[in-house]
Amino acid sequence: MTDTATTTLTKKDFVSDQEVRWCPGCGDYAILAAMQKYMADSGADPANTVFVSGIGCSSRFPYYMNTYGFHTIHGRAPAVATGVKVANPDLSVWIVTGDGDALSIGGNHLAHILRRNLNVNILLFNNEIYGLTKGQYSPTSPVGTKKKSTPLGSVDRPFNPIAFALGCNATFVARSVDTDAKHLTRIFAAADAHQGTSFIEILQNCVIFNKDFYNKVVDRSVRADMTVDLVPGEKIVYGADKDKGLRFTASGLDTCGVDDAEVWDPSTATVSQAFAISQLDTDPDTPKPLGIFRAVDAQIYDESVREQVEEAVSAKGEGKIEDLVYSGDCWTVG
Amino acid sequence: MTKIETPGADLPLQQLERVVIRFAGDSGDGMQITGNQFTQTSALFGNDLATLPDFPAEIRAPAGTRPGVSGFQLQFSSKDIHTPGDAPDILVAMNPAALVVNLGDLKAGGTVVVNTGAFKTNDLKKAKLDKNPLEDGTLDGYRVIPVDINARVLDALVDSPLKTKEKSRCKNFYTLGLMYWLYSRPLEPTITWLHEKFKKRPELVEANVIALKAGFNAGDIRELFQGQYEVPKTDELPAGTYRNMMGNDAIAMGLVAGAKMAGLTPVLGSYPITPASTILESLASYKHFGVVTMQMEDEIAAICAAIGASFSGSLGITSTSGPGMALKTEAMGLAISAEYPLVIINIQRAGPSTGMPTKVEQSDLLQAVFGRNGDAPVPVISCSRPSDAFQLTIDACRIAVQYMTPVILLSDNFIANGAEPWCLPDIESFKPFPVVFKTDPEGHQTFARNEKGARAWVKPGTPKMEFRIGGLEKDVEGNVSYDADNHQAMTNHRHNKVAAVAESIPTPELDGPDSGDLLILGWGSTVGILTQAVETAREDGVSVSRMHLTHIWPFPKGLDEIFSKFKAIMVPEMNMGQLTRILRGEMPQHNFIPFTKVTGQPFLTTEVVAKIKNVLEG
Ligand SMILES: Cc1ncc(C[n+]2csc(CCOP(=O)(O)OP(=O)(O)O)c2C)c(N)n1
Ligand code: SF4
Ligand SMILES: [Mg+2]
Repeated sequence: MTDTATTTLTKKDFVSDQEVRWCPGCGDYAILAAMQKYMADSGADPANTVFVSGIGCSSRFPYYMNTYGFHTIHGRAPAVATGVKVANPDLSVWIVTGDGDALSIGGNHLAHILRRNLNVNILLFNNEIYGLTKGQYSPTSPVGTKKKSTPLGSVDRPFNPIAFALGCNATFVARSVDTDAKHLTRIFAAADAHQGTSFIEILQNCVIFNKDFYNKVVDRSVRADMTVDLVPGEKIVYGADKDKGLRFTASGLDTCGVDDAEVWDPSTATVSQAFAISQLDTDPDTPKPLGIFRAVDAQIYDESVREQVEEAVSAKGEGKIEDLVYSGDCWTVG
Repeated sequence: MTKIETPGADLPLQQLERVVIRFAGDSGDGMQITGNQFTQTSALFGNDLATLPDFPAEIRAPAGTRPGVSGFQLQFSSKDIHTPGDAPDILVAMNPAALVVNLGDLKAGGTVVVNTGAFKTNDLKKAKLDKNPLEDGTLDGYRVIPVDINARVLDALVDSPLKTKEKSRCKNFYTLGLMYWLYSRPLEPTITWLHEKFKKRPELVEANVIALKAGFNAGDIRELFQGQYEVPKTDELPAGTYRNMMGNDAIAMGLVAGAKMAGLTPVLGSYPITPASTILESLASYKHFGVVTMQMEDEIAAICAAIGASFSGSLGITSTSGPGMALKTEAMGLAISAEYPLVIINIQRAGPSTGMPTKVEQSDLLQAVFGRNGDAPVPVISCSRPSDAFQLTIDACRIAVQYMTPVILLSDNFIANGAEPWCLPDIESFKPFPVVFKTDPEGHQTFARNEKGARAWVKPGTPKMEFRIGGLEKDVEGNVSYDADNHQAMTNHRHNKVAAVAESIPTPELDGPDSGDLLILGWGSTVGILTQAVETAREDGVSVSRMHLTHIWPFPKGLDEIFSKFKAIMVPEMNMGQLTRILRGEMPQHNFIPFTKVTGQPFLTTEVVAKIKNVLEG
């Protein structure tokens, strides 16, 4: 810990000296800017902050943050971050990953970090494409995606990252959009405050290989009607005039008027409501949910691992090498 | 029934210098426990010893079948010995499968103790035998001691409250008692162990103790044997405090010690795999030594977590066996490129693929030295025996932190599960190698190097030292660089750094004359067999020298000069000649002769002696 946190830093203090090399217009720029500003505004200590990433366009993110950063290997950022955090639980650790990085090659590690509830924040930049390898379909691309490796259209069903995270029993699950700095910042703050793994899917525009793929939901002209923001403690309403609502029924979810709209509580014991909402966008006529799907407390992996060590040390006293070696059945010669 | 009778004194007691005994039974018969108890007792008694457990990969292969046979061989001696022995003097066979699988190894004229209670028609069928080997002449030429152990155990336990099935399970302790009598071993260490082991089930302690004593008394009362033997304690072990040690335990302790000497928290990421799992298990029980262990979701996650721990300023460690090594290779490249300390332990087993998980092989050497994408050098060290594993593990930790590099420490199934007396080192005699983290931002460059070629280690949390690092090629500042000259320079740096490790390791000593017709050059777990073979050859009047490598990449200094004084250098290894290939590549001027064996079993001393004579005559 350092005292820099008490001196006021500005967004510029979180900008590294590296030239940013994403394509002009890439959604990654906006996310980076929002994060740099969030870090400054939230009083984060750059010396105590680590960004860990895998491989992909999105995974270049750590180079551009003037914090500690580890650009690792494809899909393995959650595993590396587990070591980083367990070795030093005082660090504020952020993982940056892509839809391919997190859900193809790294799907196993993503599932396990969520299950373990390591106290870190995961930003999954979902552009529904492999950007870095020049535009092959990804495990979040819709069926029928025609790209270079799928000239006749993809035939495998995509993952819904939110449903994936909920299925892994994640303790904090949220979704945001690259272009909405205000929303992003609110979600960053909630994720940062959450103790345990915070998972954020960020819809991100790849202007080169999947340009505006999300426009049917996030374009300004349709966004109000095509997205619904889940705000804890507030009614689930949407529409330009906030005149449409959602409520839970025995069979799942139903649209309704504002008066009947449910007050959203992402901290319920069961995951079923969050899961039902996560399935909304399978229907092109219902809005895509954004905001906070889930926020619950659970045992935290890094804390628990360190606690066991501390308890063993205090119960048995700190072991010395001599005690370890000169133990068991020994005998003496000569 | 439980009354203990004092063994009669009228049977003769004969002194022996060494005995090789093999316990063999079904994997459910508890032969490993029996073998380990005999070992522990003999160690405490003061014998020198070496063991060779040989068990199936399946936890419970179908009972009574040949694949289900589990064996434990042990040589104990009043002299300094180096191997578990080629051929057993005595075989204890708990069932027909164990008998037929092991009989071929027994010394001509050797003794077989057979559990006749397990030779019913059905037992023979399970072992795929048409005829009863006790009756068809199979055992002609051996001394057979038939004992119906099944029945004797139940007799001894008539008063026990245990169910018949549980009573039967005590038969390994009856057998152990019988062998204790035959070789005049004390019962106390095993009785103490039983009390500890079954603390919560006194009825099991009692039953097993009764079985043990009944077996012991049977030797005497029933006059099964013509006499007792005694293998006096050895006076050849150097003075010191000893402990019976298995390789994986020594490695686990070495990791704790190595991390302490570096002043770091050891953080292990691991995923269970035979025969490496016990390192994870041991370290998990050392929490009060400040050890952090994480059982990860696979070997990739395990090494990545270890690398993350090193990034944070701890000593990252990962332990596995061959298939797991294969999975870790990409991440090793990351640690090589980002230049982080990391200790990677590979307890080799027979391959390829899943191979034979419980059998021994040294076939991951080339994988360790070269098996990564890119020019990706790492130092490679190999343990030779349980008693050098502690010190070599500490050395792996030292090299990792002093040179900011991953280090691969090789061991194998034979070292992992074999046991021998370990003369406990004076911990004070080790020179610590405390890590100093860099905290001064003045003029700091992430990839500036010290005289060893190592970059400085900066921990996150250090103010004003923020850096970004990764697997992309970087320049001295740590910034990503695709510059052609820079890549050549960085590749050279990584190469030279690993080569420079040679400055910090000793030249191995020669056993025998420093020149001659033949040098035997070994590495890894063959050390005992090669030592024995060379001694035997010399007794036969053959002049041969021997050297054993522990640091394999880079090679220690001075080898070229040593090798140049021998006409031929024979390289025995349990693979298809992997060290030979490396030697020929590095020192093509010498005459290396490979001697290979890939059966999943160690070399026999006799094989090596024959090969030595053959090479010298040829
Ligand atoms: C082991 C390995 N396999 C394949 C690759 C090639 N590769 C690099 S990034 C990538 C996909 C990236 O997609 P995503 O995670 O969605 O990131 P984006 O570039 O879209 O941000 C692939 C296949 C690699 N670097 N490493
Ligand atoms: S390829 Fe797509 S994701 Fe990658 S930098 Fe360019 S626009 Fe961004
Ligand atoms: Mg992508």
